[in-house]
Amino acid sequence: MENQTLTDPKFAELDEFIDNLPDKKGMLIGVLHKAQEIFGYLPAEVQHHIAQKLDIPESTVFGVVTFYSFFTMKPRGKYQIKVCLGTACYVKGGQKISDRVKEELGVTGDEPTSDGLFSVQEVRCLGACSMAPVMLVGERDFYGRLTPDKIPQIIESYRRKENKK
Amino acid sequence: MINEKTLSIEIDGKNYNIPEGKNLLEFLLENGFDIPHLCYHPALKSIGACRMCVVEVEGSKNLVTSCTAEIREGMKIKTNSPLVKESREVNLSLLLKDHPDDCMTCDQNGNCALQDLAYEYFPSGKPLFGYMKEKRYEIDDSSEFIVRDLNKCIKCQLCVRVCDEVEGMSIYSMVQRGHESYPSTFMNLPLAQTNCVSCGECASICPTGAIVEKPSIGKARWNKVEKVKTTCLYCGVGCQIDVYFDPKKNDIVRIQGSSENREVNDAIATCVKGKFGYSFVNHPDRLKSPLLKKNGEFVPVTWDEALDYTAKKLIEIKEKYGPDSIGFLSSARCTNEENYLLQKIARAIIGTNNIDHCARLCHASTVAGLSMTFGAGAMTNPIGDIEFAEVIIATGTNTTENHPVYGSRVKRAVRNGSHLIVIDPRKIELVDYAELWLRNLPGTDLAILNGLLNVIIHENLIDEEFISKRTEGFEEVKKAVEKYTPSYVSKISGVDEKKLVKAAEMYAKAKTASILYAMGITQHVSGTKNVIAIANLAMATGKIGRPGSGVNPLRGQSNVQGAGDVGCLPNLFPGNQPVSKESVIEKFKMAWNVEYLSDKNGLTSVEMFDAIMNGKIKALFVMGENPVMSHPDESHVRKALEKLEFMVDMDIFPNDTTKYAHVILAASSGFEKDGTFTNTERRVQRVRKVLNPVGNSKPDWMILKDLMNRLGYNAHYESPKEIMEEISKVSPIYAGISYDRIEHKGIQWPCRSIDDEGTAILHQNSFSTENGLGKFIPVEYTEPPEIPDEEYPFYLSTGRILYQYHTGTMTRRVKEINDLRPKVEIEINPEDAKDLGIKDGDIVRVSSRRGSIEGPAKITERSQKGLVFIPFHYAESPANMLTLAAIDPIAKIPTFKVSAVKIEKVKVEDRV
Ligand code: SF4
Ligand code: SF4
Ligand code: SF4
Ligand code: FES
Ligand code: FES
Repeated sequence: MENQTLTDPKFAELDEFIDNLPDKKGMLIGVLHKAQEIFGYLPAEVQHHIAQKLDIPESTVFGVVTFYSFFTMKPRGKYQIKVCLGTACYVKGGQKISDRVKEELGVTGDEPTSDGLFSVQEVRCLGACSMAPVMLVGERDFYGRLTPDKIPQIIESYRRKENKK
Repeated sequence: MINEKTLSIEIDGKNYNIPEGKNLLEFLLENGFDIPHLCYHPALKSIGACRMCVVEVEGSKNLVTSCTAEIREGMKIKTNSPLVKESREVNLSLLLKDHPDDCMTCDQNGNCALQDLAYEYFPSGKPLFGYMKEKRYEIDDSSEFIVRDLNKCIKCQLCVRVCDEVEGMSIYSMVQRGHESYPSTFMNLPLAQTNCVSCGECASICPTGAIVEKPSIGKARWNKVEKVKTTCLYCGVGCQIDVYFDPKKNDIVRIQGSSENREVNDAIATCVKGKFGYSFVNHPDRLKSPLLKKNGEFVPVTWDEALDYTAKKLIEIKEKYGPDSIGFLSSARCTNEENYLLQKIARAIIGTNNIDHCARLCHASTVAGLSMTFGAGAMTNPIGDIEFAEVIIATGTNTTENHPVYGSRVKRAVRNGSHLIVIDPRKIELVDYAELWLRNLPGTDLAILNGLLNVIIHENLIDEEFISKRTEGFEEVKKAVEKYTPSYVSKISGVDEKKLVKAAEMYAKAKTASILYAMGITQHVSGTKNVIAIANLAMATGKIGRPGSGVNPLRGQSNVQGAGDVGCLPNLFPGNQPVSKESVIEKFKMAWNVEYLSDKNGLTSVEMFDAIMNGKIKALFVMGENPVMSHPDESHVRKALEKLEFMVDMDIFPNDTTKYAHVILAASSGFEKDGTFTNTERRVQRVRKVLNPVGNSKPDWMILKDLMNRLGYNAHYESPKEIMEEISKVSPIYAGISYDRIEHKGIQWPCRSIDDEGTAILHQNSFSTENGLGKFIPVEYTEPPEIPDEEYPFYLSTGRILYQYHTGTMTRRVKEINDLRPKVEIEINPEDAKDLGIKDGDIVRVSSRRGSIEGPAKITERSQKGLVFIPFHYAESPANMLTLAAIDPIAKIPTFKVSAVKIEKVKVEDRV
């Protein structure tokens, strides 16, 4: 662990951010945000490192990471697809949507696709029950009244966007 | 602390006066109100999580949790209104809904706060929403000591808080949120993979069966055990513990920190030894009957035969060679009463002052050094006082391992803003908490201490008023430390000049500052001088005699303070009264009703072994000691013991020393007898009998009493209580101590009369010297007697580790503890290891000019380059084969902390 933190430039970037904080007290959440931005997720080594840098117990860091749903301890794809399995969506076939998304991406759980573009997360009510079943791609792109066969098309549109770049 | 102001409030229609700042729940409980509570503990800050303690407050919209309530004048409270009852029922039901109906096999059955409430509120067995249907969490039984089944967790957060607030480890945190939340380790790691130090406090405090103690599972139901409060038998902190035992099996089931004694162990704290180190009591190896060596074999005999023989031999030898041909070694693990009797036998019956105990090996230099400067050789401030110190210097003390519960206090002090300076060659745990770490070469402490004073004088940070009013001799010390400039000291010690200056400034400028030290200071040829240098530093800056300011030696064993207090020292009668003083001799002749008492200082323990070698000592009486392992230069000790004409050994287990005895007297352990221990902060506390003596063993005090009568001295003590009555009569500092007075809480000596509350802080207005002035004494640094050279290029330091105790006769017989640390680990710095081609776990041979031992290497940054560390608990790798028997000329303490060794990797073919 020690060696990795010394050689990995991501840790250096994080350290720079932390070292430039005027006061380290009460900055845990800010630091976690930054770390997630840098690493994409918050694995054990990163949490351990932050605990040491901020001089707080590891268990406290873990507690905060698990408390807020926007922190993740697993790598995510560039596009995080949140499929709603809240009551309304579930009743309207949310599970089938989720299964189809996974099938289309070739994943079994919440691991990212091998090209790192996508990952799937099943979530509770997204607050758009009237349009159930729904899913959210990335932070903004919202899709409602879904049926499984609309899925390939949606995913394809993101793939194309990436290829153009 | 005592707040006189009270508020008047009404509770259930009756008026009460409650002291301002008092916790309402605590007050209600103390006044007999039956208030359910699941997340409150007197040792911790209240958080109002379980909402079972709610009460109705007139004028307040919601019910109020009494554990966190703010109390206002004239407040009207109802503790049992229908609303309150209903709220409790619903809350409780919500908990039960998430709780399995598992009481049949739960280890907590009968002591479970939740079970009790369920029984009280739903006697029909039907809580509003039923019980947990499906278990959600896997059981974590990875630890040797603790099993966690979070399905039974009620989220009171007591475990999280105790590990954080009291133990300072913060192993747990509440994770997830709302309904999903639970106490978890980092990344849900099994406990065994965390830094958990197995203090067991989380298990002691968990109100349900969610955290239980592995060694206790299946041993006895709670309704089959009884409880006795006593003092921990291990270190000098003297934690107060509740021992639960099964009277039918005469065995201990579990131990918990007592909630009565906040000032000693935070109303809950223990360390792994105190909490789990009890199963040695019924270990099959226990000596169960007195043994007599007949034709080279030990055979069990009756107590009459053993004691008659012992008495006969002692009298014979005294008559043939004179009283000074007999030596006595007493034990810091026996009670005050027992130590008192042994020294009384030596002095009043045999007529010699040849009595000493193992403090010689750890703190004789403290007693000498602090007596010479302050007039009293003891810790100046109470344990809890450390939290008032703005700056703490910890030097030569690995506090978190050797005095764990005190170590946690130091950590807490740091968290609350104290600044810690560590002076230590090893990277001990406290270094993580230190603002400044002076990593010095072993044996250079004195140069550093003088150097600090040099800076303080140079920068004019001395406390002139204190020096002129309270002390004498400063000028000489001032002259003596002149040459210890930062650059000079830096060359000697290897510590950066700037750090020296910074440390000196921090200490001197602080309003309050405390110096903690232990064996790293005392176990040197210059031990006494080191202690004096510490005293000089404290006096020059006026950092003594006030809350938060003092000089605090941490005593190693449970009763090392007491053994000295009651006279097991060759130059002092009970109560630190010199044997060389005519008036003292006269007083004791009267008290003990004898014609003759020797006024000649006796021999110290280390000197006794030399005296055996040159034929002056012919007989040795050893009580609860293991000199073969604990003394320096083991082979010298063995040779000496072989030479004895007669040796008696009184112990609970056979050990390396008992082998040499002619008579072995089977003693009872500290769990099997009454008495008192005096802890490191001079607090005299009760030791209580929990179990009946194992086998045909007897408490040491009874054995000694019987022996006294056989030696022709009339001794009729009915119980240790009567012995304490005698002690308090003859030693003024114990004059006010009696069993009645220390029933609940111990008293700190000096306690000079029965209405004296005892003395928390020594030297407040004057020192304990004859003229009341503190004495500055100049002390010069000299090189340690043996330092690394070409042949033996490494420094060797020896000491203790958290999981074992002393020579291991007790802890090594506690299965779980020994499983964790079964073998010695020879600690070597990574760079040295690389140079020598040694890998972690490789067997290495460490040799000095005196002998060599083998054991697995532990590669660690704790050892600095050029230094190896070996704990001395392990008989198969006895570290003291290597150490030097060079002794401090004043206190006669051996040098355990510095000697020179070489290290080789043991080739496979080298091993037999
Ligand atoms: S494990 Fe025990 S102490 Fe910890 S939160 Fe749960 S019930 Fe409370
Ligand atoms: S045993 Fe002690 S250190 Fe370990 S988790 Fe429990 S309270 Fe914390
Ligand atoms: S700190 Fe010392 S007295 Fe307290 S439990 Fe541990 S060994 Fe016993
Ligand atoms: S249940 Fe899916 S949006 Fe509400
Ligand atoms: S005891 Fe007061 S809320 Fe739990």
